[in-house]
Parts: sequence; C-alpha cells; structure tokens
Amino acid sequence: MSMMQTFRRRIGARALASLPALLGVIVFTFVLMRVLPGDPAVYFASGPNAGQAEIDGLRHKMGLDRPMPIQLAHYVAGIMTGDLGNSLTTGQPVMHDIQARLPASLELTLTALGLSLLLSLPLGIVSAWYANSRWDQCIRTLCTICFCIPPFVSAIFLIYVFYYIFGLVPDPTGRINIFTPLPHDITGFLLVDFLLTGDPAGWREAAGQLLLPAVTMALFVLSPLTRMTRASLLTVMNSDFIRTARAMGLPTWRIVTVYALRNALSPILTTIGIVFSTMLGANVLVEKVFSWPGVASYALDALVASDYAPVQGFILLMAILFIMVNLLVDILQGLVDPRVSME
Amino acid sequence: MMRGILDIDALNVRFTGRNSHFDALRGVSLSLEQGRILGVVGESGSGKSVTGLSVMGLLPQQASITGGRIRFRDQDITARTPRHLRGASIAMVFQNPHAALNPTRRICDQLSDVIQAHESLDRGAIRQRVIHLLESVNFPDVSRRMGVYPHELSGGLCQRVMIAMAIACSPSVIIADEPTTGLDVLTQKAVMDLLFRLSRERAMSMMLITHDLGLAAQYCDSIAVMQKGTVVESGSPANIFSNPQHAYTQRLIEACTTMHPAQPHPAGKTTSRKRRPLLEVSNLRKRYANGHLAVDDVSFTIAPGESLGLIGESGSGKSTLSRLVGRLLDPDDGAISFEGRSIGTIGAHDFFRAEQRPHIQLVFQDAAGSLNPRFTAFDSIADPVRRLGPARDPGALRHHVEKCAADVGLAPALLDRYPHQLSGGQCARVGIARAISVDPKLLILDEPTAALDVLAQSEILALLERLRREKGMSYLFVSHDLHIVRMICDRMVILQNGKIVETGNCEEVFQNPRAPYTAQLLAAIPHFRPASQEAAAATGTEFAGS
Repeated sequence: MSMMQTFRRRIGARALASLPALLGVIVFTFVLMRVLPGDPAVYFASGPNAGQAEIDGLRHKMGLDRPMPIQLAHYVAGIMTGDLGNSLTTGQPVMHDIQARLPASLELTLTALGLSLLLSLPLGIVSAWYANSRWDQCIRTLCTICFCIPPFVSAIFLIYVFYYIFGLVPDPTGRINIFTPLPHDITGFLLVDFLLTGDPAGWREAAGQLLLPAVTMALFVLSPLTRMTRASLLTVMNSDFIRTARAMGLPTWRIVTVYALRNALSPILTTIGIVFSTMLGANVLVEKVFSWPGVASYALDALVASDYAPVQGFILLMAILFIMVNLLVDILQGLVDPRVSME
Repeated sequence: MMRGILDIDALNVRFTGRNSHFDALRGVSLSLEQGRILGVVGESGSGKSVTGLSVMGLLPQQASITGGRIRFRDQDITARTPRHLRGASIAMVFQNPHAALNPTRRICDQLSDVIQAHESLDRGAIRQRVIHLLESVNFPDVSRRMGVYPHELSGGLCQRVMIAMAIACSPSVIIADEPTTGLDVLTQKAVMDLLFRLSRERAMSMMLITHDLGLAAQYCDSIAVMQKGTVVESGSPANIFSNPQHAYTQRLIEACTTMHPAQPHPAGKTTSRKRRPLLEVSNLRKRYANGHLAVDDVSFTIAPGESLGLIGESGSGKSTLSRLVGRLLDPDDGAISFEGRSIGTIGAHDFFRAEQRPHIQLVFQDAAGSLNPRFTAFDSIADPVRRLGPARDPGALRHHVEKCAADVGLAPALLDRYPHQLSGGQCARVGIARAISVDPKLLILDEPTAALDVLAQSEILALLERLRREKGMSYLFVSHDLHIVRMICDRMVILQNGKIVETGNCEEVFQNPRAPYTAQLLAAIPHFRPASQEAAAATGTEFAGS
C-alpha cells in the first residue's frame, strides 16, 4: 500500500516539523508564568502570617530560587520522560490530572461539535439552495443571534428553561450524579464506558448531564459552520459541473449531496478544524457554569493560584492537540479532494 | 412552417439586474429537424448560448423567458424542461470540459450517475453500458482508465467523456455549446468528427453553437447567424457563404481566417536580407521536476523585424519555450543570446534587473486573467514604464500611456476601467499596450487571440501586424492555429513533443509540408468545401490521442 506509506511518511514529517513550534510553546509559557506577578511560595505558605524564612524554605523546596535557565532545563528534561511536574493545588502529578480530566473535555467538545454539524450542515444547505429567500434570512438571523450570545449567558438561559422551569434535565452539575456508580474506567469517556459495561441506565444519566453543556457549546459554534457551509456551497453551485449535472437530468438530491456538498467540503473541513481548537479553549466558561471537571477549568484554577505546572501542561496539551487536529484535517482534505497532492 | 423535432418560436429572454434589464434574446425562431445538424453562429454576447440554455431550462436565476415558446416533439417545454427529458431526450455538451466535469468523482461514476438518473438497471448492466459508451467515443484504454478523475485527463479526453455522458441515454437532440473552444486543432477536429459521426449514426439532431463560421460550415446542414439576440440570417452553408445577405454575416465571413487562403502579408519580404539575428536560441533543453522533458534540443533564430511562428498542439512545449526565451524560466541546457549577448545564463529571478528586460516583453494567452484585477487599464500599462522605463513625471507618464493606448486602438475613456469592466478584446489591447509601453525589440505573443471570438480575433491580428510594421519589432508568435500564424508570420517552427519537426517559410510549409505531422496539422484545419463537404467529414481520420 503505497498510499499508507505516503500517509505515514507525511505524518512523520509533520511531527518533526512541529517540534520547533512545541519547543517555542514550552519556553514561552515557562517564561510567561514566571514573569507574571504572583509567587506560588507565598500562596502556599501555611497562612497569611507566614514568615520570610518559611517562604524562602518553600521556594527552595520548589526549586524557585535557582536561575531560570536551570529551572527550564529541568522542566524540559522532565517532559522528555513524561513528567509535567506536580500540581500544588491538587497535589497530584499534572500528567495524572490531565489524564483524568481530558476525556471529560473531549467528550463535551466532540459531542458539541457533532450536534453542531448535525444542525449546521442542513441549515447551510437549505440556506445556500434557497439563497436570499425567507428561509435563508431566518437561518442567517438565527446564526447571528447564536454568535452574539456568550456561552455562559446561553448556558444560564438553558438551565433556567430546561432545568428550573420544565425540569426536563437533571441537576446541571458535573458529569454524573455523585450517587450513580461509575463504570469501570476504560476510555474515560463516560458514554462509551457505560456502553461497554452494558449499563443503559447509567448511559441515559450521563447523556442527560451532557446534553445542556453540549447544546450550549454547539450553539456557540453553529454560526461559523453554517456560514461556511452556505458560502462554500454557493461557490460550488455556480460552477460548471453543477450545470452539467442539471443538464444531464440528475435528481436534485443527488446534485446537492454528491456533486455540490462533496466539492464544498474542503473549506468546511478547515473550518471544523479551527472551530474544534477554539472550542477546547473556550470550554472554560461552560465547564465553570456546569461544574464540568474538564482540563480548561483545571487550568484556570491553577492560573489563579499561580500554580505553574498545570498551566504549562495545559498549554502544551492544547498545542499538541492543535497540531494533531491540523494534521487530521490535512489528511481528510486529501481524501475528500483527489486533486490535493499527497506531497 | 415545417415542424421540426425542436422548435423555438419567437423566443424572448430578459436578464433583470438590480435596476436595469437587458434583452438577451429578441424573437428568436429556430427549427431543428430530425437527424439534422443546425449551426448557431455569432460572436460572444449574441445570445447563442442563452438559446441553448433556455431549451435545457438552465437559464441563470436573473434570466427569464418573457415571450415565445419552445416545443420538443409535441410537448411545450417553455416554462420548464422536465427532468426526465434533460439528459435522456435533450442532452448538452459544454465548452471547457475540465470545468464541466465533477472534479471529485471518477469519470465512470459520473457516467453511471447519468444512466441511473434515467433508467433502472443493475450494476453489471450499468458497468457494461459505461464501458460501451467510453469505447464508442474512442476513449483509449477504457478498462484501465475508466476510474480516473477528470484532472488526470487532457481537455480532449475530458470532452470525449462529456460527449459519452451526453449520448448515455440515447437522446434525440444534442446541444453542443462551443464544444471545441480551447482545444487545439487536432483535438478540435477529432472531437467534431466524433460528434458528427455519432449524430449521423444515431440519427440524432444536433444544435452546434459556435463562433467559428468555418467550423459550422464544415459540419452543419444549415446555419443560423445571430447578432444581438436576433437571428439575422439563416440558410444552408453554401448559400450563406456564396451569397451573404446581411452585413454582419459578411463581416463574419471576412473575419474567418480559415475560409479563404490568406494573402502572403506584405511585410513578409523585408527580412530576407542576411543580418545579425536579434535572438539566437541553440540546443535549448528543459526538463521539469516531474521528469517530463518539455523542450528537447531546440534551436532557431529571429532576425530584427522578423516574425516567427511557433506551432504545436497542447503539451508540445511551445509555452515552455516561450517562457524560456522570455526569461521567466531557466533552461537546463543550451544558450539564448539577444543582440549577440548571452542572456540564457542570467537567472530568471534576476532577469528583471538585466538591461535586456525592457527589450523582451510578453503578451499572455488569458488576456483578462493576466491583468491585475485591482489595477485600472492605466495602471496596467503604466506599471512596466514605472519599473523599467526612464523616470517620467506624472504628466509625461499620462501622455506616454495615452499614446500607447492610442497605438493599440484603446479609447482614452477606457483607461480608468478595471479588467472586469472591459471586454475580452479590450483586455487583449491593454495587454498589448502594456507590452509595447517600454518599446521592446522582441515581443513574445503566447496565443494572444485564443480566448477571443472571431471578430475580436481578426481585429487584434490586424493590430499586431500594423504595430510590427510601425515599430519594427520582432515577434515570436506562439499559436496552435496554422492560419493565424500564416497571416502574421514570415517563418514558422513546428514543435511536437518538445522537438522541432519542421522549420521553414510559411508559404512553403503550407504548399509543401515535409514532415508527416505538419501534413496532419494542415489536414485538420476546418476547410469549407461546399460540394465535397459531407464526404470529407465522413472520411476524416480521427486522432485518438489528444
């Protein structure tokens, strides 16, 4: 399979090319955290009355009294062995915390992205096919509204309506009711784990908890996806081969899906990549509102506490995810459009 | 009036803009009879394509039929052409076959889509039909290449696939909208012969929409000439040519390069004296990164004031050669010298600094596309003067640009317009004015008229001929059209697969071609011979490779 080989070589080349960027991210966040005001030793000293001696002792224990290049070298050496340092707030290794919390964030983001695509692709298609009609106007207005309302406002609105007034969804705190027995930890994705352990009641419960935060995030990114679908489809629908398909009497449904949408997919894929990366970062508001135990709220708490290691670990994680998403989008582009060269 | 298979009766089509409207068709009546070929001829904007699209029900949103009727057999299809007719009973072949095929779908799948849209067959039967269709359009190596994507095929092969799609469900009418525009002369003949043969074999009626009167005359049973949305004249090809009634038809016939042997042009005799050549190219070679040897050991010279034609079909390396000489590409091997000094060794990236840059200028194929869309015509013409010419104050620059514009017959009022506000012919004039604004000694013209319709083309050719005489420039004229080269050039070089197959005086080559390839090219030119027309077209050999 020469195709697989090309894929593999390409992934390898990409990974190599992204190393300098990753190193840059590490150095930048490292320096930034130390330049920001706030001293973790003061924060973690036993109390507001702790003496200078106690603080200095803490600083020495944390390695903060050594020159910055040496601290950086220690940190980078640690990363090589998979050690991102320890969080002072949770007392756990950052690697462990991230492993525990990343599935929660990913589950939320992926569900939201899926919901958003389910909505935005049909809306975009309708909007493009009946461009400038009343339907198109309604959809564009909806997009504008969704884009203008910040996620924490829509989150509170959704909680008010669906939890407080109608009581359709469970108590909007956390991933799962604390009294529900957790499934055996296989993937960390609750919905998948409940399915794998064959627990439909638990699955329904987790899905209920996930629904509101996911809808909130989905509404937030509905607008860019719908607008891009509409714009991309409009361009494609004016091209010659759509005219050919109509001249050959192909059914409308087939023209829309196979001829128009397939060719409009390329810019939509790029947008999905961007939107996904944005969502991972923007999650923090939704995670806070719904007490969702994800990585973004973890990083925010650490930042407030001047806890260096988790913030650095979080930013490094985001950079790696971003690079992986871009690589995935590139590979998909090659599959979607045979003209995109594999080189 | 005789009823044909397709009748268009007093058709009016109106395009409505934001606060204006424009009547594209005004009372067009045409009748297509069973098994006959009707040529609809006119320049761009005459409404000939709109006529075809109205029949298919494919008019753009802003256009609407405001009067008249279209009848297919006994069915009125004026308001709407039902889906079961489109493709199955009336099919259409478009120009620009690369764009007209879905780029992300294999050609065999696109063909099956058409069959599936109109007939319910099982997979095996569809596959059989697809193979059979591709074979009947002489698609080479069907079993191995039916799974390719359109971008892997040449324009000629794409057009064959397009034709296979059109005949997939055995329609009774085919509308061919400029099916050979943009294809080189051998491919053009092959595609036209194919359409002709299929329509005769299957007793299909065909409406051939073209701007090339010569082409229409060779293949059609009757011709309708359109101008500004009306049919100004119609009749048999012989009648139209021997006795054109309308002034517009007469102009079209005069503009038609292929209709009558061109007179050897007057400047042709001036360059026979032995002088030091202006440009000397020896043993030039260029291989692209993908291993394709585009130019292989090519040598020629151009004398001062001489015009050399460079002929070849697409892929013959003629555009690469013109770019090498124009110093936009670096040769792998060989020498280029200009006025006795070597310029082949100056890198293409540095050549803009060389003192020879103003003396070698280019005019490109796509007139509109080679102008900066954010530059007005004035800026486009002034740009090389600002960069290469002597320093001029704004008043002198304005004066110089206006003089260049006047030289190419561009009205001063047009100088403030942007490319999208200019017609194709006007864009071509801007491109030429831009090239001559720095007084070059050698002008490289890469198919400068390929995108223009016949009338605009003949005007541009006359302009180029006049400019050369007035300014004493030399031309390297790249084209696939032998007749145009014959009108403009003293000598011609014929390229095939990057190699020179024949060089010589134009008239000699025309009278007495030595290489078999040249003879093939000459035979492929549409010749209108009223008496022997049908016989010639029927026995015309097809060239499968394209």
